[in-house]
Order: sequence, then structure tokens, then C-alpha cells
Amino acid sequence: MSFIRSQILVCAGTGCNSSGSATLIKDLDKELKKHSLSKEVEVIRTGCFGLCELGPVVIVYPEGTFYSRVTSEDIAELVEEHLVKGRVLTRLVYHETIGDNKTISINDIGFFKSQERIALKNCGIIDPENIDEYLAYDGYKALQKVLLEMEPQEVIDTIKGAGLRGRGGAGFPTGMKWQFTKNAQGDSKYVACNADEGDPGAFMDRSVLEGDPHALIEAMTIAGYAIGANEGYVYVRAEYPIAVKRLAIAINQARDYGLLGDNILDSGFNFTLDIRLGSGAFVCGEETALLNSIEGKRGEPRPRPPFPANKGLFGKPTVLNNVETFANIPSIIRNGSDWYSNIGTEKSKGTKVFALGGKINNTGLLEIPMGTTLREIVYEIGGGIPNGKAFKAAQTGGPSGGCIPSEHLDTPIDYDSLIQIGSMMGSGGLIVMDEDNCMVDIARFFLDFTCDESCGKCPPCRIGTKRMLEILEDICAGKGKKGDIERLESLAIGIKSSSLCGLGQTAPNPVLSTIRYFRDEYEAHINEKRCPSGVCTELLSFVVVEEACKACGICKKKCPVDAITGEKKVIHNIDQQKCIKCGACIEACPFDAIVKK
Amino acid sequence: MLKDAKIENFDDLKIIIDKHRETPGCLMQIMQEAQQKYGSLPIEVQDMIANELNMPLTEIYGVATFYSLFTLEPKGEYNIGVCLGTACYVKGAQAIIDKISDKLGIKVGETTEDGKFTLEATRCVGACGLAPVMMINDDVYGRLQPKEIVEIIEKY
Repeated sequence: MSFIRSQILVCAGTGCNSSGSATLIKDLDKELKKHSLSKEVEVIRTGCFGLCELGPVVIVYPEGTFYSRVTSEDIAELVEEHLVKGRVLTRLVYHETIGDNKTISINDIGFFKSQERIALKNCGIIDPENIDEYLAYDGYKALQKVLLEMEPQEVIDTIKGAGLRGRGGAGFPTGMKWQFTKNAQGDSKYVACNADEGDPGAFMDRSVLEGDPHALIEAMTIAGYAIGANEGYVYVRAEYPIAVKRLAIAINQARDYGLLGDNILDSGFNFTLDIRLGSGAFVCGEETALLNSIEGKRGEPRPRPPFPANKGLFGKPTVLNNVETFANIPSIIRNGSDWYSNIGTEKSKGTKVFALGGKINNTGLLEIPMGTTLREIVYEIGGGIPNGKAFKAAQTGGPSGGCIPSEHLDTPIDYDSLIQIGSMMGSGGLIVMDEDNCMVDIARFFLDFTCDESCGKCPPCRIGTKRMLEILEDICAGKGKKGDIERLESLAIGIKSSSLCGLGQTAPNPVLSTIRYFRDEYEAHINEKRCPSGVCTELLSFVVVEEACKACGICKKKCPVDAITGEKKVIHNIDQQKCIKCGACIEACPFDAIVKK
Repeated sequence: MLKDAKIENFDDLKIIIDKHRETPGCLMQIMQEAQQKYGSLPIEVQDMIANELNMPLTEIYGVATFYSLFTLEPKGEYNIGVCLGTACYVKGAQAIIDKISDKLGIKVGETTEDGKFTLEATRCVGACGLAPVMMINDDVYGRLQPKEIVEIIEKY
């Protein structure tokens, strides 16, 4: 028997993969072979560890040394130092884990300290392509308990008691959804999983699929047993190739182990699972549109009622939950509903995964108990705003949500508090913006998104979002008129109240919340034709800073419209009438002597 | 990638259709595989799917034009996708697009005349930690700055 003395965990989530972790793994294998260490040192590719900013991330156990931004060139030295000589390669160790003369455990650094991992329990810890590792971490124990010891109604009661609410955005109580579907009449029923994670800036569902796919399979099988379904579908974005591949591998492994298919664990219960790929339509994140898409149709939403619980996939009763919701199920079954309901706030139980991005030091994935404040997320876990800039707003809920300004930084985050301050939980994207981001431009960005993704079925959404976008484009281009803010508000109310599905009903939220908190920016654009953050190009002028200009003539040569005048040793000047604001001069100037104002 | 699908490859399409024919809701799976095979879904391909599945062509066309990943026209040899997710946007993805547009002389959604590059603004690719991000086929470039663009494109 071989003796493994050390394990090297390499993150192979999409973030780290994009920064080259696949090559790292090959290089590591090669280097280990060179030193004849292949038998005693094991390289394990794991799912997302959370700290994508520092990718590719490599952790060496048993020491738990956390190396960040490792490149192929570092591998030879890393193996030589750490694995041959047993010395930590200090220059690659993540600086926050270096204390006074000793390394600090990764679990004690700011980013991880306040986290509580349930949905992400195994992400970054196990090899997602190896079912045995999942089994070793209590995998499929919940399924075993459910199938052999519990009645379907007991399962539903446990989920109800835990207080789990849907993590896809709307926050509907999961237990109730299951109950409705169980009670519905139908000769066959379905379990469907929404893995069509379309909110820009959210990637927690992908990380679960990539890092812990068996948790989803286990949870969907449990749901099948609880509601009386024998078939399940996972609807995944085609843009997530790694997730699709790992899920497919996991389904095959589960089938080989008798954990999917006929007579699972000799219980007499049958369950099969199939993957369906999306094809790039945001609206398919809406539940009825998603069901249409699984059926091979255009992903247009259906009127509700009837709700999917009564008439869902192929007209049969269907339970539809998102990935993160399912990922909580096995832990709830294993540990009981009381354990879960003790975490979080009164009406929002458990934890929530957020994808932290934008102007923040630690971008990545984190899981925190409900009720954590935004301040803790931004400043403690996220490590604050880079380059000494000031926090302006945090955007949650993607195109359905809103921007939260600094005065609400201390709001405890849960479903209800976020709605109160004009945003929503959404699927958990959390984008931080600093003083350099223009809030009118952000509103325009989101409306551009929803307008483009509107399926066109109902006029309020199809036409209304277009009209709102036109007004916003005008405002950003310096053509804003008095009364535009009021026009936007009135359109928003109309669209919210009369659209068919969640996409239209929430599309105006980014505009409403930015008007609510940043009305002054709208007014500056409209009344003074000025963009306070210096983003909206049409409202800016490019000017030469006289003190910095060395009169070198480089910008003059670069200007495509000859708008720059000046000779050698004569300070240059930009003719505002001719300038097309292309920015070529700013890029060309070696002395940073041209600025946007 | 085949630009002219209609001539000799119908057999492959038949195989794809037959593989999925019995699956409920098989249309999108067939179209996804057909596009992988042919690079796009020209009208001949849609027509054959319609005939084989005994569905109206309008329905196939309706699905093909609804989803953004289906394309009726062949794309360039290299597909440049600049992520326009929120994280990338707030970190300056628009400037990246403008730079590429400028360099290649094409707008978003267009293909260069020599058929080499297609420029697209994509939805969030989920690599928010590396924002702003662009992909050229399967190669990912992260933490981009506009001044790096020319050098990257010239590699292709």
C-alpha cells in the first residue's frame, strides 16, 4: 500500500481555471515525477475555494499552506522547496496568512473567519469527480436516512421546520413548494433544478456544480422521494462547460453506485436524472420559461396560475428549485431542522452564498449566516475597496435588484430587509461600486440588459423597458430633459405592476433604487449636463493639465481628428469642438497630463 | 468549421436527429448538436429537422432565433467574447470592447471581412474575480487593460 504524505489541492473552478490552473496541474505532475514523489504526494483538483481574486490557488496539506497566484514558472521551485526540502515557499504564500513569524491557518483570515459553509461545505475540499470523496464527507447519508427511515411527509416537514427559502431570488419557502407538489394530482411528477444562473456577477450555482455536484444529485433524489417523482432534470447554462462535464460524470458515478436508477439502496424507490442545456436566454431563469425550454420550446414564460406545482413540466406537477437551495437539503436532513433554523434571522433561516465582485479587494465566493451586515461583507470579508477609493454602493439581486448606498451598510442582510431598502436578495451577486462608478450609467447598463433579454411576449416588458432605456441613454448622452426622472418613475410603476413574469416585474428596480438614493446624480446629468463620476463620455471634456504637460507632441500625433494644438515647448491644448472623446490622447500621454473632466 | 453545410453532411444530421427523436422535448438538443456539427443553423438544416420531426419550420426558426447561442450565420474562425457582466462592466469592459472594435474595424455582433474574427459582448462568464475578462475561442484573458488588446489580437 502506498503512503501519501502530502496532498496538493489545486482549485479547478472556472475562475482559477481561467487563470491557468489546468496547466499548473500538468506541471505539478511532471515536476513530482521528476523528483520521484508521485507515489507519496497526491495532486487533487478541487472545486472553487472562494478566493477567486488570488487564483490560481494551491493549498498544500497537511500543513494547510495557502499559496496564491501560482504560475507555471513557480512550480519547480514550489516542489523543490516545499515538498523536497520541507520549507514553505514564503514568497507565494497569501500575505494575510503570514503573521508574526508564523503562518496563520487559512480559516482564521478575514475572508474565511466570519463565514459559515453549508451549501459550499465541500467546495474546494473534495475532488468533485470522485464520488468516494463525497461519500467520505457524509455524502448520500441523508439520502439513506430518507429512503430507509423517513416517510415522504416527514421529509417535507423537516424542510418546512428548517425554514429554508428558495435561494434563486424570490425566497419562497421550499417546504411549502414541495408540499403543494406532493398534494397535486398527477400520474407522474418531476423534480427540476434551475441551474440557469444568468444574473451577471453571480456564480455560486456554478461553483456548487463544479465543486460538489453529488450534493445536488442527492438533494434532487430526496425531493423526488418526498413529492413522489421518479424523474428529474437539471437545466444548466451552456456557458458553464466545466460544470456540465462534472455533473455528467457525477450522475454516471451515482448510477454505477446504485444511488440513481432503479431500486435505490434497496428501498424500492426509482429515480433518474437528466441534464438539459440552456442556449443563452436570461428569461429561462424564470421558472415557467425554464420548463418551456426543457420541453424544447422558446423560453417564454407561461401565465401563473396554474403554478408548476400543479401543472409544470409536460403539464405534470413539478418541483423547481435552484442549485443553492438543493445544496442545503442534505445537511438539513442529516442535522435536523432545529440545527438549521438556529442559523440566520427570524424570517430568513440558514446561510446565503454571495458572489462578491467589482471594486473590492477580495473578489470571490462566500457563505455567511443570514443577518450579517453589508459592512461586515465589504470591509471584513471583502477586505475593503482597492486603491483607497470610497464606497459608493453595493448592487445586489442583479438586473432585478437595486443599489444599496453607504447609509444602509449596517442593515442585516436577509430577504425582507433587502426588499425594504429597495433591493432584493436575488441569486446572490454582490457587486461593489466605488466613487468612480456613475449610478445613472449603471441603471442604463441594467436596463440595456433586461431590454435585450426581454422575451417579447408581454408588451409592458417588451416596450416599457425599451422606453426606459431610451430615456436613460438620453440622460447619459447629455440630452436629458426636465421631467425625465418622473417619466422613468411612472413607467417603472406601470411595468412592475403589469408584466407577466418576474423579469418584467423587477426590471425597473435598478432604476428606482438609483433614483431613490442617487437622485442628485440624475439631476446633475439632466440639469447641469455633468457626470459627477466622470463616466458618461458625452458629458466629459478632455483637457490638458498644464503643469504636467511636457509639450512632447505625442498626443498631437495620436489624435485622429487633429483636435490638439501646440508646438514643441508650447503647452498643448485640446479643441473641444473638434474632440470626439476617443481617449487616444489619454492612453498615449506618457506623463498622465490629460484628464477627463 | 464548415461554411457550406448543405451539400454532403446531411447524414450526420440524420444521425443526430435519430439519436434524440424519442426523447420528450428533444428539439433543442438536436439543434445544439447540429450547430456544433455545422457551426451554424442554416435554413437547410432547420428544414431537415422540421421534416424529420414533422414540425412546422416556423417553430424551428422560432427557437433558433429566440436563443442567443443559436446562430443562422457562420461565425468567424476566432470568436472574441468580451464579458459584459456587472463585475466586468464596472471594471471597464466597455473600453475593452471599444478598443477591439477600433482595432478590427467591426462592431459588436459583426465578423471581419476575411472571416477571421467575430466580436461579441457576452453575458457573465462567471470569472468575476478576473474582471474584466474576454475569451478568444477557449482562451481566457483576465484583468485586461485596453493597451494590452492589440498585442493579444495579433497573436491570432
